[in-house]
Order: sequence, then structure tokens, then C-alpha cells
Amino acid sequence: MLNTNDILETIRMINDENLDVRTVTMGISLLDCADPDPRTACEKIYHKITTRVEKLVEVVDGISAGYGIPIVNKRISVTPIAMLLAACPDADPVWFAKTLDAAAKKVGVNFIGGFSALVQKGFSAGDKALINAIPEALASTDFVCSSVNIGSTKAGINMDAVAMMGPVIRRAAELTADNNCLGAAKLVVFCNAVEDNPFMAGAFHGPGEPDCCVHVGVSGPGAVRAALAKLPKDAPLDDVAELVKRTAFKITRMGQLVGELAAEKLNVPFGIVDLSLAPTPAIGDSVARVLEEMGLECCGGYGTTAALALLNDAVKKGGVMASGNVGGLSGAFIPVSEDEGMIAATEAGVLTLNKLEAMTAVCSVGLDMIVVPGDTPADVLSAMIADEAAIGMINTKTTAVRVIPAIGKKMGERLDFGGLLGYGPVMPINTSSPSVFVNRGGRIPAPLQALKN
Amino acid sequence: MKAVITVVGTDQVGILAQVSGACAQAQVNVLEVSQNILGGNFAMIMLVDLTQCNTEYTAFIQTLTEKGKQMGVDIHVTRQEVFDAMHRI
Repeated sequence: MLNTNDILETIRMINDENLDVRTVTMGISLLDCADPDPRTACEKIYHKITTRVEKLVEVVDGISAGYGIPIVNKRISVTPIAMLLAACPDADPVWFAKTLDAAAKKVGVNFIGGFSALVQKGFSAGDKALINAIPEALASTDFVCSSVNIGSTKAGINMDAVAMMGPVIRRAAELTADNNCLGAAKLVVFCNAVEDNPFMAGAFHGPGEPDCCVHVGVSGPGAVRAALAKLPKDAPLDDVAELVKRTAFKITRMGQLVGELAAEKLNVPFGIVDLSLAPTPAIGDSVARVLEEMGLECCGGYGTTAALALLNDAVKKGGVMASGNVGGLSGAFIPVSEDEGMIAATEAGVLTLNKLEAMTAVCSVGLDMIVVPGDTPADVLSAMIADEAAIGMINTKTTAVRVIPAIGKKMGERLDFGGLLGYGPVMPINTSSPSVFVNRGGRIPAPLQALKN
Repeated sequence: MKAVITVVGTDQVGILAQVSGACAQAQVNVLEVSQNILGGNFAMIMLVDLTQCNTEYTAFIQTLTEKGKQMGVDIHVTRQEVFDAMHRI
């Protein structure tokens, strides 16, 4: 029989430490739905999604109940819609967003990602139209998520796109001001976006992916924190890293199992396991608390970046051993409003935007779910994107910006999104004008790191 | 198909009888049982074979969960594959 302690450890991780499979995401290529007539294209999209995803929710819920593993979300990622718009450049991109939304509602998933454009080196047909339509698309749909890749280590940073994105983020928040500016929370601006990310809001199904596959995103910061809590306070950091690795291994194995089962039952290839530590606003499910468990008084103080670097790396090392197909973003997320410990650290004034920027150099993504004052100028948002993209480009890692201008709100107030998106206090921001720099446009050339061949 | 039933909570008379009774009723064969008092908590682990189970698997889980609530203990049914995946290389 299995070891008693192992069994009880698993049950405790699931019951008390919020261990779960965060998402099973089906990636679907829509390239074969392109059509010069936008109406026909939308019909093809609706048909393909509803056919392919028909059984996803039923199968995943069956695995969850049958195996005793909590699986929180069922989601869809699709080919960046800008690629389909290339075939019908005069079409209204919002139609496509509404089609995606209707398909998502029909099959019962939580989110659908892929209202996206990849413009790291420049714009092709459809890209600019899609980007300009993002605010309206997000305001007029419920489940659609959007992302734009504006830079990469190989291509450099498309500063024309960066200049466009500041106003787009502001507009997305303005159009949804009566709903906690939720539009901006469903929009991510990436550098080095990955094509197989199962997590929202940045999921899309890259053009190099197969026609259809399932990805799994695991989570479990609570389980990591609980494991570390048992370590003596004078244990060296090698031991801390080792324990994180071992815990990440177990968490990832659960994700791998779910992914294999889902792929088999849905008769599609298994894509990847994204072995991320994704926090939720629930008490005990926080990445910030993991860092504090390592020995910091409060997340955001000095030592935070080092602790996060250790955590991010150890999670990858443990997870990589546990799964044959690791991909996605894989590491530790630091979304402020979705992490109970980060919300507390922000409210205490210890965690600042400057520190968060430093943390993005070593975490798995970037500035995530950060609420900024409602009067933040669009140029400042664009410059924030440029800074994050530069960190990603030079360090050959994914970085992203998902900030939410709290329209009509100032310091001391907060936005409450509810559910997994949590709530966030408005954070102070440096508003010195980067206007001339941002509006120069053009491209920041690819760095030396790009020349690896 | 094998599953592991775990019961965690305060020790009391009849836990084993209740759980094994529910198994017998559903034609679920008990293969192994181990029970411990860990840190003041009662913990029972039961390996069962569900091949002959005469009810829907989810209904069987529901029955046990309900029994757990009545007794004030946590009862979980988890497929053996989960533990194999997590704890064996």
C-alpha cells in the first residue's frame, strides 16, 4: 500500500492548502476559419469552437469528481484574431470578439483568450484595426481576453505599438468604468509572449501550435508555503530551494496526470503543463506569503527580489522533472490584486511599483493586476510598457503589463473585481512625462542577445 | 479501479463500521485499512477496489461525503493514480 504520510500529505494539500489545477485550457487553431467575408469567418469560428470544445467542461468536471482533484477553470485559447482579420481587412474586429464570447458561453467555459495581435516587429494587415478595437471588444463581451505582443528578444521592441497601447489600456478602463474598469483587467501587453500559455488574460493559440490540444496550468502557492513553514528558521537557503523543488514536483505531477487524462478523453494531443504558482485572493494561497515564509517581514522589503528569484527557479527545476512537456509561462506569478499577501503589503505601503518592477526581472511574467490612479496619462502607461518590455527583451524572458487605471479614483481608494481577480488598492505612480520618448515611435533594435545563431 | 478513502477528524465510535458499511452496500471491496492517531486527530486510510461497484462512482463518493458530514469528519475518495503520480518517480 502507499505510504500513509504521502496520502495524508496529498489530502492536506488539497483540503487545507488550496492545491488545485488552476485551468485546463483547450487551444484551437482558427487559421482554417479565415475568409474574405467576415460573416462567413465568424460562422466558421463559432462552429469550430463549439464543436471542438463541446465536451471540455463535461470531461474536465468528470476528471475532477472522479479523481478527487479540484480543477478550477475551463478555458479556450484561439489563434490571434488579427491573423484572421488579415483576410478581411475592412471587417469590424468587434464582430469577432462577440463571436468568441457567444461560443464561450455556449460551451460553458470561464474565459476565451486570443483577441490578440503579434506586432513585435511591425504591423501586418489587420493588426492595427484589432488593437484599436480592443477597448470596445472588451467592453461589449464578458469572457473575451485580449493580448498584444509588442516586443521580443529576437525582434526588439515595436515602439509604435507601445505608443498605441497606453491609450488603448486607458480607453478599455474608461469604457468599463461602471464595472470596476474590468476591461483593462482582461488586457495584457507582452514582450516575448509564449504561444502555449493556458493562463488568462494572456492565453492565445500560437501559429506554431497544432490544430487542437489541451494545456494544463497548475497552482499551489499555499502548499509551498505550508511546506516551508515546517522548515526551521535557521535552515540554509539550499534547503529552502530543495523543499520548493520537491513540492513543485508533486504539484506538477498532478497537473501532468490531469492533462494526460483530459487529452485522452477528448482525443486531442496533450500540449503542455504550465507549472506556475498562481495565487488567488484566498487566505493561504499567496505567493507573497511564500516569500515571507522564507524570512521576510513583509513582501516588498529588501530581500524580496532575491527570495522571488530563488522561488521562481526552484519551481521550474522541480516541475521540469515532473512533466515531459513543460511550457507556458512556468514560474511564480505576482498579480497584486489576486494575491492576498501582496494586497496586504501594498496597503501597508511596503510593496511599491518600483519594487514590483524589479521583481518582474526574476518572476515568470511581469507587472500584473496593478491598479493605478484614474488620471494616469496614456503616455505614462506606454512608457511603463516600454520599461517592462526592455526587461523581458534583455533578459530573454516573458514580461507583461496588465495595469488597470481606476477611472475616477485616486490614492487611498480601490477597485474590487471580485472572484479570482480579487481587489487592489490604487498604487502611487511616477507621472514625470515620458511623452517625447514614447512618441518618437520606431523600433528599439533587437539586443545582442538575439544573435545566438 | 482502485481508490483511497481517507477519513480525518476526531476519533469516535463507529467510523470504521460506517465507512465499511457503505462500501459493502455498494459492493466496493476493502483491500487494506490502516488507522492512526496523528497529533490528536484520527486518520484512517482505506484502499478499496471499485471494479464491482453497483452504483455510479460519483454517487458513491457523495454517499461517503454525506456520512462524513454526519459524523463530523472529513472523508475523501481519491483515485490511486493521483498518489502514484505525485509520490512515485
